[in-house]
Amino acid sequence: MKISALIILLLVFAAFSYFMAKQKITTAYRQRQQKTKILTLPKYFGYVAALCSLLPALIVMLLLQLIEEPYINSEISNYLTHYEHSSDNDLGLYLNEIKSADTADKVAALSAEKQQVYHRYHEIETTTKRTHTTIVLSIAVLFVIWGMRKINTDTPARKVFEKIIEGLLLLAASIAIMTTVGIVFSVLFESTRFFGEVPVLSFMLGTEWSPQTAIRADQVGSSAAFGAVPLFIGTMLISFIALLVSVPLGLMSAIYLSEYASHSVRSVAKPILEILAGIPTVVYGFFAALTVAPWIRGLGESIGLSVASESALAAGLVMGIMIIPFVSSLSDDVLSAVPQSLKEGSLGLGATHSETIIKVLIPAALPGIVGGVLLAASRAIGETMIVVMAAGLAANLTVNPLEAVTTVTVQIVTLLTGDQEFDSAKTLAAFALGLMLFVTTLVLNVIALHVVRKYREQYE
Amino acid sequence: MVKNMNKALLSKPSGLVEQALKVNKQTTTEDALNIDYTATVGQPNCQNAKFSTQNVNVYYANNQAIHDVSLDIGAHEVIALIGPSGCGKSTYLRCLNRMNDTIDICRVEGQILLDQENIYHQKQDPVLLRARVGMVFQKPNPFPKSIYDNVAYGPRIHGLTSNKAELDELVEASLIKAGLFQEVKDRLQAPGTGLSGGQQQRLCIARTIAVQPEVILMDEPASALDPIATAKIEELINELKENFTIVIVTHSMQQAARVSQRTAYFHMGRLIEVGDTNQIFTNPAHELTEKYITGRFG
Amino acid sequence: MNNTNAIKRSLKKRHLKERIFKSTGFFSIAVAILFLAVLLTDIVNKAWPAFWQTKIELTVQLDAEKLDLDAYSSKPAIMAADFRWVIREALMNRFPDVKSRQDKRTLYALTSMGAEFQLRDMVIDNPNLIGQTIKVQFMADDDVDAIVKGSIDRTLPESDRRVKNKKLAWIESLESNGQITTGFNGSFFASGDSREPEMAGIKGAIIGSLYTLLVTLSLSFPVAVAAAIYLEEFAPKNKLIDFIEININNLAAVPSIVFGLLGLAVFINFFNLPRSAPVVGGIVLSLMTLPTIIIASRSAIKAVPPSLREAALGLGASKMQSVFHHVLPAALPGILTGTIIGMAQALGETAPLLMIGMVAFIADIPQSVVDPSTVLPIQVFLWADSPERGFLEKTSAAIMVLLCFLIAMNAIAIYLRKKFEKKW
Repeated sequence: MKISALIILLLVFAAFSYFMAKQKITTAYRQRQQKTKILTLPKYFGYVAALCSLLPALIVMLLLQLIEEPYINSEISNYLTHYEHSSDNDLGLYLNEIKSADTADKVAALSAEKQQVYHRYHEIETTTKRTHTTIVLSIAVLFVIWGMRKINTDTPARKVFEKIIEGLLLLAASIAIMTTVGIVFSVLFESTRFFGEVPVLSFMLGTEWSPQTAIRADQVGSSAAFGAVPLFIGTMLISFIALLVSVPLGLMSAIYLSEYASHSVRSVAKPILEILAGIPTVVYGFFAALTVAPWIRGLGESIGLSVASESALAAGLVMGIMIIPFVSSLSDDVLSAVPQSLKEGSLGLGATHSETIIKVLIPAALPGIVGGVLLAASRAIGETMIVVMAAGLAANLTVNPLEAVTTVTVQIVTLLTGDQEFDSAKTLAAFALGLMLFVTTLVLNVIALHVVRKYREQYE
Repeated sequence: MVKNMNKALLSKPSGLVEQALKVNKQTTTEDALNIDYTATVGQPNCQNAKFSTQNVNVYYANNQAIHDVSLDIGAHEVIALIGPSGCGKSTYLRCLNRMNDTIDICRVEGQILLDQENIYHQKQDPVLLRARVGMVFQKPNPFPKSIYDNVAYGPRIHGLTSNKAELDELVEASLIKAGLFQEVKDRLQAPGTGLSGGQQQRLCIARTIAVQPEVILMDEPASALDPIATAKIEELINELKENFTIVIVTHSMQQAARVSQRTAYFHMGRLIEVGDTNQIFTNPAHELTEKYITGRFG
Repeated sequence: MNNTNAIKRSLKKRHLKERIFKSTGFFSIAVAILFLAVLLTDIVNKAWPAFWQTKIELTVQLDAEKLDLDAYSSKPAIMAADFRWVIREALMNRFPDVKSRQDKRTLYALTSMGAEFQLRDMVIDNPNLIGQTIKVQFMADDDVDAIVKGSIDRTLPESDRRVKNKKLAWIESLESNGQITTGFNGSFFASGDSREPEMAGIKGAIIGSLYTLLVTLSLSFPVAVAAAIYLEEFAPKNKLIDFIEININNLAAVPSIVFGLLGLAVFINFFNLPRSAPVVGGIVLSLMTLPTIIIASRSAIKAVPPSLREAALGLGASKMQSVFHHVLPAALPGILTGTIIGMAQALGETAPLLMIGMVAFIADIPQSVVDPSTVLPIQVFLWADSPERGFLEKTSAAIMVLLCFLIAMNAIAIYLRKKFEKKW
């Protein structure tokens, strides 16, 4: 039975249980004939019964689903021991060929031996799925029978139901934790494997990065090729340029919009900033690579500078523009948290508007602004598409913004797209870079969020 | 947090506006009394007027907050503005150093003369005006800087001193005048926000007098303070009147009686009565003033 | 007083500083606006030609014998027939002077590689055409397209020009004969990706994006709302809840590519879900948009006045009932606005999807959430990487389509926000 069909069946069964339980309680109420106290509505008994049938069955179904494929695979490979196979890798290919035969033509094209395996495979698959369906359905039935026998008019059905729902709500809220744990484990696990092959120090301190050559057979383990320093420097260079653009411009736009702009200017400029914030990064990347980079190159040449066609400057500039709305909205938030009374106090002493802003508002909002800058930095470091499209691939160790540099995110993308051998040091390196990226941004975010929260509390 | 860009675009109007807007909707029992508001009772004029205001009307958008107020403020006098909340006394006060300019929807009509010059004239610079007419606010609002920097702020932005020694001297003198020096002389570099409420307010006064203004406006300067701190502020006001003209808005009639020479009573945006403080509190001429003084409303 | 004059003297300089400061602020905003204007004009300019398609009108003879078909031929038979030479013959008939092999090859390249399929589909639709001689407007090759649209400058010296003189002469001959027409490029919206710029369309990417968003929405909306309700209404004050809140705030700021790594390691390598499929993309994007929607939903729920809850509780409703019957409906517009903004974010997201293999070349239009597919932003990325000139305009056009979707979504969000904006 297909999984979707099974789910539909379970839902139908749940609906059925709902009506059964509701009916049972309604009848029981009628027989009691007493109206002295407020009774729990029958529908809550229905809900409880429906959840009884649904929840355990769904959990079991999910678990079975997870072990189904490995189970079938192990069964079929047991069966395959009749035939000769050299290695696990071949076995995988062999199985794939059989599994991908989904039309009669393709089956016919298989060799006689494989056809036999094919039929055996389907046999196993069918039995397994049938067993699983039976297990799931019987669990649903058993729980409903158990539930129906347990409930009577004195059961606090509404409370039980609400407890279950509250549990489900908590589960939904905990997905945030699970996601974080998932991220940590996935990057950590693969990274440990990587660091088993390449020493941590040579990764963190090495200055040569050429993962492509390192996978060649004669160079396996040549750890010098996994030195990530050029990547870190490149990332910092581009992020620095981006911050150099976005922090002053974003801060000044926030100040202008909240302190100076007339209502009409604000009503035009704010949506424009929102549009800027909503443009997908891939669009910025396209614009950086095809318009800004050639333009900067041309500009450089006209004054006699040699500029790489994938210069860090182009990527950084465009990234900076991209972050402007982010910085601006964060600054706007923190500036507007400064009490109006401080502003009035300064103006009341005869300070000009700009003196008030520079000498009172900004110092008062400084922690918040610093927090915002840290968040912006974390964003710049983790930004991917702009640099993938507009920055280089070659790991040059340079801080010259006119040259091409590569970044951590560019390398992750390059290493993980294209051909995938999951166990090679090359792909594992991507996870090690991912770990670095995650840890760096995590630290920045935590500090920034903490600073901003402390700042807000100060004025609340 | 980032996504909340759609927050109110308008800069928040201060509580003042809301207050003023509320007043016009309020229909108090006094309205029903049909008391004549049209003319101010008493002597709004005086001989050596520092401020002379004539027919001042103030509007917040379409709501009129001040109706036709004409009042002189004499040099080196302490005048108290009293009245029930929302009567327009704070709004009137904020006209005197154009603090109302900071509220977009606020519009001021009429004539306000400082030393015979119209302060709302186009050529008048509000920055200079506010340096001449200082202000102390309802809630102490020290800048999140050191005590020293708080007091030095005004002199620094105006360039009143030419070297560090002069500035030190000015800061010390201002703190002494504000009666705060003895309490803070050992911790001038400590943050001003760390002081107690009463000390903060005296710091704000020190900050104001460091600019050496001609007039000091005080908007309920003691309303957020305890009785002892209030007493200190009142004592201070009595000392300051030697050198400054002081306009004080207050909620407390006792305070007005203690610190001021003249008192002006505002009601519903109108100046009802103005006169010698003693006379106002002992023998009010207007029915409304009497009702207010005797605590029938407020 | 003595000060007044001193202050007066300093004022001029201070007001100048004030003006400089103010103009700096204006300049900052202007830079942002200018950039947006340049970006949009640049893209619209580049995209414009992509919405038009050049066609070459040729007279083809569908010779029944040579094709080995008749009006009653079955679909597979027609599919198997070779229409390429029919078009070649038509081209030869039009330009009988072309003799050398190399020239012939250039001549045949006037029409698109897709022209034969175009003809084949016509015949499948109407088998009666077999045996007839008809005029057909064939899709032109991207070089011809570029010449006609002026993307390749005809006045350049031959050595600098991609299209050589001989070919140019043929094109001009066709033009003067009225055999070259330009029409709205419907196939751009009706076909999948292709290696040939003139045949490439974005339908596959649009459908892929739709499937991905569908998965994202159906996962993230219920979970986010449930989480927001729990955190706002039910959560006790304890370490676990604090930890959840820290996690949510932090996840909102984790680089999107890290979510891609999570998807690759967990969903593809561990759970064996299909690579390149919208279902995995949707799961990853929903994890990514969860924080956004949760944060927006929480502020919407927070904005519901406590009096409403108290009114329900006062009537003896349980906490759960007060939340689901009263608070949630009142907060729904805010929640929906947040959801749409989250979806818009998901629609524009590229990096995590690269990680889970949605970057493969896929010409077929996906039929379900488990079929390999690509999405709009990745289509943009793929085309931007292609060396052929024809893809440049396609890229820009795909960006325009993407931006249109985003603008539509944001407009709905703004409309909802305005319409249901309540002042409690």
